[in-house]
Amino acid sequence: MSDTHCPYCALQCAMRLRASADGVVVEARDFPTNRGGLCQKGWTSADLLRHPDRLTTPLVRHGETLRSATWAEALDRVVNGIGAIQERHGRDAVAVFGGGGLTNEKAYALGRFARVALRTRTIDYNGRFCMSSAAAAGNRAFGLDRGLPFPVEDIAAADAVLLVGANPAETMPPFVRHLGGDGLIVVDPRRTATARLGALHLQPTPGTDLALANGLLHIAITEGHVDRGYVDARTNGFDEVRAAVAQWWPARVERLTGVPVADLYAAVERLAGARRAMVLTARGAEQHAKGTDTVTAFVNLALALGLPGRPGSGYGCLTGQGNGQGGREHGQKADQLPGYRRIDDPAARAHVAKVWGVAPEDIPGPGPSAYELLSSDAVRALLVFGSNPAISAPRAAGVRRWLGDLDLLVVADFVLSETAALADVVLPTAQWAEEDGTMTNLEGRVIRRRRLSEPPEGVRTDLAVLAELSGRLGAPTSDDPRRVFDELRRASAGGVADYAGITYERIDAEGGVFWPCPDESHPGTPRLFLDRFATPDGRARFVPVEHRPAAEEPDADFPLYLTTGRVLTQYQSGAQTRRITALPGDPYVELHPDLAARIGIDDGASVTVATRRGSTTAPARVSATIRADTVFMPFHYGGANLLTNPALDPISRMPEFKVCAAKVTPA
Amino acid sequence: MRVLVVGYGMAGSRAVAELRARDTDVKVTALGAEPHRPYNRILLSSLLAGKVGEDDLAIAAAPAGADVRLGEPVVAVDPGRRIVRTTQEEHEYDALVLATGAVPVIPPLNGLDAANVHAFRTLDDCRRIAASARDAQRAVVLGGGLLGLEAARGLAGRGLAVDVVHLGAHLMERQLDGDGGRVLARTLAGLGIRAHLGAGAREWTGDALHLSDGNRIPADLLVLACGVRPDTRLAAAAGLAVGRGILVDDAMRTSDPHVYAIGDCAEHRGTVYGLVAPAWDHAATVADRITGGRAAYRGSRVLTRLKASGVDLAAMGSPEAGADAEVVSFADPARGTYARLVIHENRITGAVLLGDNPAVGTVVQLFDRDAEAPADRRSLLLGRSYGADPPAATDSPALMPDAAVVCRCNTVRKAAITAVWRAGGRTVADVVAATRATTGCGGCRDAVCGLVDWLSTVDPDTEVAA
Repeated sequence: MSDTHCPYCALQCAMRLRASADGVVVEARDFPTNRGGLCQKGWTSADLLRHPDRLTTPLVRHGETLRSATWAEALDRVVNGIGAIQERHGRDAVAVFGGGGLTNEKAYALGRFARVALRTRTIDYNGRFCMSSAAAAGNRAFGLDRGLPFPVEDIAAADAVLLVGANPAETMPPFVRHLGGDGLIVVDPRRTATARLGALHLQPTPGTDLALANGLLHIAITEGHVDRGYVDARTNGFDEVRAAVAQWWPARVERLTGVPVADLYAAVERLAGARRAMVLTARGAEQHAKGTDTVTAFVNLALALGLPGRPGSGYGCLTGQGNGQGGREHGQKADQLPGYRRIDDPAARAHVAKVWGVAPEDIPGPGPSAYELLSSDAVRALLVFGSNPAISAPRAAGVRRWLGDLDLLVVADFVLSETAALADVVLPTAQWAEEDGTMTNLEGRVIRRRRLSEPPEGVRTDLAVLAELSGRLGAPTSDDPRRVFDELRRASAGGVADYAGITYERIDAEGGVFWPCPDESHPGTPRLFLDRFATPDGRARFVPVEHRPAAEEPDADFPLYLTTGRVLTQYQSGAQTRRITALPGDPYVELHPDLAARIGIDDGASVTVATRRGSTTAPARVSATIRADTVFMPFHYGGANLLTNPALDPISRMPEFKVCAAKVTPA
Repeated sequence: MRVLVVGYGMAGSRAVAELRARDTDVKVTALGAEPHRPYNRILLSSLLAGKVGEDDLAIAAAPAGADVRLGEPVVAVDPGRRIVRTTQEEHEYDALVLATGAVPVIPPLNGLDAANVHAFRTLDDCRRIAASARDAQRAVVLGGGLLGLEAARGLAGRGLAVDVVHLGAHLMERQLDGDGGRVLARTLAGLGIRAHLGAGAREWTGDALHLSDGNRIPADLLVLACGVRPDTRLAAAAGLAVGRGILVDDAMRTSDPHVYAIGDCAEHRGTVYGLVAPAWDHAATVADRITGGRAAYRGSRVLTRLKASGVDLAAMGSPEAGADAEVVSFADPARGTYARLVIHENRITGAVLLGDNPAVGTVVQLFDRDAEAPADRRSLLLGRSYGADPPAATDSPALMPDAAVVCRCNTVRKAAITAVWRAGGRTVADVVAATRATTGCGGCRDAVCGLVDWLSTVDPDTEVAA
């Protein structure tokens, strides 16, 4: 038996696993985040442990085919390949790509492996596709990025919640237990299951959330809802923002977004009239070439209403991936070192170099961001852990070609994902129920993942793989999660995300510990910013931001907006969930009855969606819940990201997954 | 390249920002006539209503590198020498942008030189009206167009009784049809604003406005909102071609190739707009042209929204319906709701939406984009929620189809719950254990309880047999 948490999303629902003769039995545990709930992804998560697709031996490419190999043979091929490529093309030609589902220990070990064993600057991870815009905006406004700067229970206690671009009824159903209906305002171009829960649904044109946020702040100002005392005492920069949003009067916002003026006013009334109010953003606001500025616009609104740092109120970002939070704190990000330190900060480099036993100047500098990495001519080898970019990257056909053209592609995974199928070497790794470690959930609460059983014969943990490769490359490390975590604690000490005082024992005893927690006598920090923000002067920063069009707006050739997202039964690239027979799901194209009538198709008909980057065919799902100028595709299946636009946010380097120009025709 | 912008209101300031955003090598100088810092005219009616302070009207600071001189009125333009003379000095230019705006129309009426008579156009006007209104009980507004009604609403919001005197047969006749105007008058009446229609003014006697029909409307102040006309004085004196406004082509160029005109002072293809959105389109066009682009302005789609709290009015295009037009309308005057769409060749060419119209955002965007209207026009009148939501699973356990999903989080259908009953399950806990219904978001708990209650009263096997 083991008490652990679900392997999927950032809610990290608590579960108990029991081994039985028929396999592993999943039970739900009561925990503040899931309150005893699980969705069908969680209930069926153990179905993959003994799945026929499970990899139990390394695979090595011979021409067109992957063949079983011994670990020694596979690792020889990896190490020899790395050596040859680095000798010929330089250290940075070998790249590492991580994931937001990896434990803190693995994320940390991966960053260390890249910087110390490979000494490459070329490392980034799929969280760049997920959280980076909110992270950048949070850092800019508050000097610190922790998805929710308060425990999730505070959301349930709030009288009004503005939920922007989030669909938790599909992506993390038990989270809905924290959402009351009366005060819930949902912003989404689709009338999703979540939007139907709300008292008010704002249904904007894709790519116009920034204008919407500026318009809401405009109304908050003109209706006298600005908390002047708070603004004066706790923030800087309001006057510049006020002047910027003065240009976003309601009628202009309505014209651009399509959200009725009356609804804009109603949303502000609800938020401003609440005793405790929250503004929460998610991928719908963030996955844009202006995602950072869009989140900033909502942060500006929250600051003007005096929410952040007030007990029971605030701004937060709903993290997506299981360890999306911890995964961005400990060094697998192109520009960061453990403890959420900047890799270009000399003091941070000196601190981490000491922990790693290397010279500060030997730590490489910042590398390219995820999509830039996955399309870089300079990269000749790639090691992938915990990610499936062949499905999840934008303009995926190009990324797949790029992966296939590499001199060496190494993928560690427990099934043959689409990315693994392109690899030269596939290393079979352990699943969540077979390993120990820590995860940091959407609240910034560090929790324990606990092993139920040993991995199958022939399978190794990611940490064991990294330790073995590090050793062979002359930089030996431990493969023991607890020892790696203790090193992570030292590396993070004094950083923004300070884990120094968090131990496995404390997590077990206290049901998790919120960072920052600088020493073992520190209680942890469930609520941030109560006294001061993490900026040098302790004040939050208003930043004026201007709306601009999407990188690609509809035109005569591609007259519709395409937006992408998630469905309840699938998770991320679907490498796991598509293999679970109890989880139904197939690709589809959601479109409005008016659009269906115009192109002459009925519900269920096969349609082709095309953009400037590619096309894909799937059955139509005709629904009046979507805007008539927009089509939606879930991205779990490989078709959607053939279409998406890799235009990047200038600050976060987030690709514009949420909007591009498309056309739809009967197939 | 030296660019001179004359006028630093909504159009001029936008042109400066657009120019600097495109080309930082362009030397931009702007000359504003009014001495105080530039302000956002859009918010004047909110200021008049007392909802915002003057600080809230501040517009974004001039972009770096732009030289903005306030309180420096231009005296003359000499296109031959490419020189502009101000009260202080002369400025040479390579390109000149006239953004001189408009001036209020003052009707030929006796008594308008009194201290309690005010036009409603500038920040200074607004200050004067507010000062007059401070100790006043009653105000009369001459003019029932957009500006007049915004002024009336602002004054009513300050607690004054307001009369609106309007020459036309209905309010806002440029934007509204007669029925719409009548519903609007009724809505305004509920807010303390009385409209006098078809009424000509004769004289202001300091304490009352006397109408041509002999009626007398007592008031403590008079606000003039009789429209505006383009300020073409500089252009005309400089010999530029002038009609109602300064005549411009699709490049926003006047009859002199080095001189452009934008915003309220410009006349393009016979139209003087007098709205901010077209002025900003002009500013973008002119900035593109001056920095070497080929942008062409082909007119703006006109959309008017009354900014008056308690009144939700959107009017767009023309209220006139030609012989071949299709008119779709809905009226609920008692609740102040009115909608009228004019559709030509499946496209919305005009619309009036007053009151609670949930589809107003959709209509605005269809008009703005000149996009095809939906085949079922009712969705434009009754709103997006029409037919959008699937029926809730809790509605009636008996009528729910077997395939209805009761628990979304775990995809549990009614049939699965019935099956648990048939297999001997008798409680909600039995259903939960067998199906995992209710274990996700928990939102279906009532539905599951309802189904179990129903099953316990109606034996499903019997029902199936029947």
